[in-house]
Amino acid sequence: MNANTQTVSDAQAAANKFLALNSGNLAAYLEACIHCGQCANACHFYEVTGDPKYTPAYKLFPMAKAHRKTKWPWSWFGGPSVTEEDLQHWEELIFDSCTMCGRCTQVCPMGIDIASIVAASRQAFAAAGRGPEDLREAAENVLTKGSPLGVTPAVFDGRVEWLEDDYEVDLPLDREKAEVLLTVSSIEMMKYPKSIVAMARLMNQARVDWTFSTEGYESTNFGFLSGKPHIAKHAIEKIVGAAEKIGAKTVVIPECGHAYGVLRWSGANILGRPLPFQVLHITEFLAQLKKEGKLKFNKVEGSLTYHDPCQISRRGGATEAARYLLEDCTDFREMTPTGNFNWCCGGGGGVQAMSRAADLRHKVFQIKMKQVEDTGADMLISACANCRLTMDDSKAYWKWDHELESLVELLAENLVEDHPHPFDAKPHLATNV
Amino acid sequence: MELLEFARGPALTFAITIFIAGIVFRIVSLFALWRTKDSSAGSPREKSAFSAALREVIRRLWPQAVYKQDTMFELVNGYVFHIGLAIIVFALAPHILFFKDLIGLSWPSLPNNVIYAVSIITMVSLIAALVMRYANPAQRIISTFDDWFSWLVTFLPVLTGIIATSHLGARYETLLGLHILSVALLLIWLPFGKLMHFFLVFVTRSQTGAHLSHRGAQL
Repeated sequence: MNANTQTVSDAQAAANKFLALNSGNLAAYLEACIHCGQCANACHFYEVTGDPKYTPAYKLFPMAKAHRKTKWPWSWFGGPSVTEEDLQHWEELIFDSCTMCGRCTQVCPMGIDIASIVAASRQAFAAAGRGPEDLREAAENVLTKGSPLGVTPAVFDGRVEWLEDDYEVDLPLDREKAEVLLTVSSIEMMKYPKSIVAMARLMNQARVDWTFSTEGYESTNFGFLSGKPHIAKHAIEKIVGAAEKIGAKTVVIPECGHAYGVLRWSGANILGRPLPFQVLHITEFLAQLKKEGKLKFNKVEGSLTYHDPCQISRRGGATEAARYLLEDCTDFREMTPTGNFNWCCGGGGGVQAMSRAADLRHKVFQIKMKQVEDTGADMLISACANCRLTMDDSKAYWKWDHELESLVELLAENLVEDHPHPFDAKPHLATNV
Repeated sequence: MELLEFARGPALTFAITIFIAGIVFRIVSLFALWRTKDSSAGSPREKSAFSAALREVIRRLWPQAVYKQDTMFELVNGYVFHIGLAIIVFALAPHILFFKDLIGLSWPSLPNNVIYAVSIITMVSLIAALVMRYANPAQRIISTFDDWFSWLVTFLPVLTGIIATSHLGARYETLLGLHILSVALLLIWLPFGKLMHFFLVFVTRSQTGAHLSHRGAQL
């Protein structure tokens, strides 16, 4: 009896959340789907499995059902409610097998933005206590520890100090005033610290007035990805608070796609007021510095290709920044498709953090391997630590031997500096070290 | 009352009333919902919402090169039956007479045998769409009553129209009555299901166009 009451109320909680989020914009999307199924052609999960349940339009069903239950004309005829079974069935489809990459939006003849319905659906599922355990845990960590991977302010402080010592680079922390607040993703802090060093070297070389802040350093937003709006807001408030305190005019997002998407395009909406600073992705910021002549790079030798992080290129509008930064490469090869049409790595939207989705992710990575192999390039570059982690994982799984690098690290290795630097550059990639 | 008289009279009047009231009500009820406001700072490349919307409405008439190969059948077949239906509805002489009675406007017609050929092509195209919906797993899993029924009410007027003009099986008046009743069914169903996409396509394409242009991420 109790269990039953609980069951009903979970489904109802999800339905209520669906309806609370059901703006006219989303309702139009829900009503307009003609079920043509063309979105399946754009989805990497469908592409590699051929399983029709991954058809993106199918992911709209729970929210569409909640919508029809209350909206004219369907409400006149009663109609079914969202059930616990629906939540059970669709949980995997809303979380594990959607990276919110937005390729389906591109192909949809009606122009339906399926990714935004999935983002809303995640909130409804989370309201019913649904979602992968590890994703939820990562989000809770944001509240309790300040970061999804447990990088507390003390840990952050310690890591910064360690990086300064080890790499002999100046990493300004908690300066009272600065023009630019640089943030990090904890994936970088824990797994790719050289990325952080690389960003610092580029900033320092360009004489940027910047700082890290122990009050707002984490730019990934697992609250958003797990469908927990209060955690999403908390994470944004931290950064906004830190930026306001130091008077930053610009907040720079590191190599992390969703961090950029959330703060740049949803930050003000989640916060409820315009952001008092501009938000730039590191590639946009570096492109700006390069354009102003503040950064110069040596020719990068060796063949390489660029993986577009979905939230930076397709859904972020910063597709060109990385290309501009890579124009010094002697042998840059675009993959097919590329830019706004590039395939997702398979780990966006928090899917990387869901251990139960690993097998599916690895399958998706086969697309990327083929894309890269078709270019014949030796090295794969990306500008998102989450893509990089996803690709590194799958690379190991498939024992794939292509080199995988971060864009900022590549740039730092080939930076023309005033003073020599002990940063461990890879000699075969740089002609002038 | 004769079937034809009933179809032409009360049935059609009822259907047109539901058709117009339903569409109006559906549009009003959609726009009565609250709309999200985007407070994020736009990209320097952001176009005015109107031009971004218009651009997207036009751009999506044809798929991006990347997707063309995979969506070619649906694309071509979709155009064939949409254009076919438009030609049948608006270029057949008796239909133009009907519109003249209804709204007072008329325009030149196409020869009957041309419309006949177009109708056959349209029927074949609609059947192909149905077969595809059944045979393609991605389409089939997302198919609901609305999809099958909307197909049926779209197909019936074409079928009954061909039968009536061919004088097959019954008196012409009866066949014409059935044809008009099938049109009435289409008109009554239209505001309640996916056929509303004739209007919603402009809303959703516009929304997404403006949304992506705000991000400087126009495709």
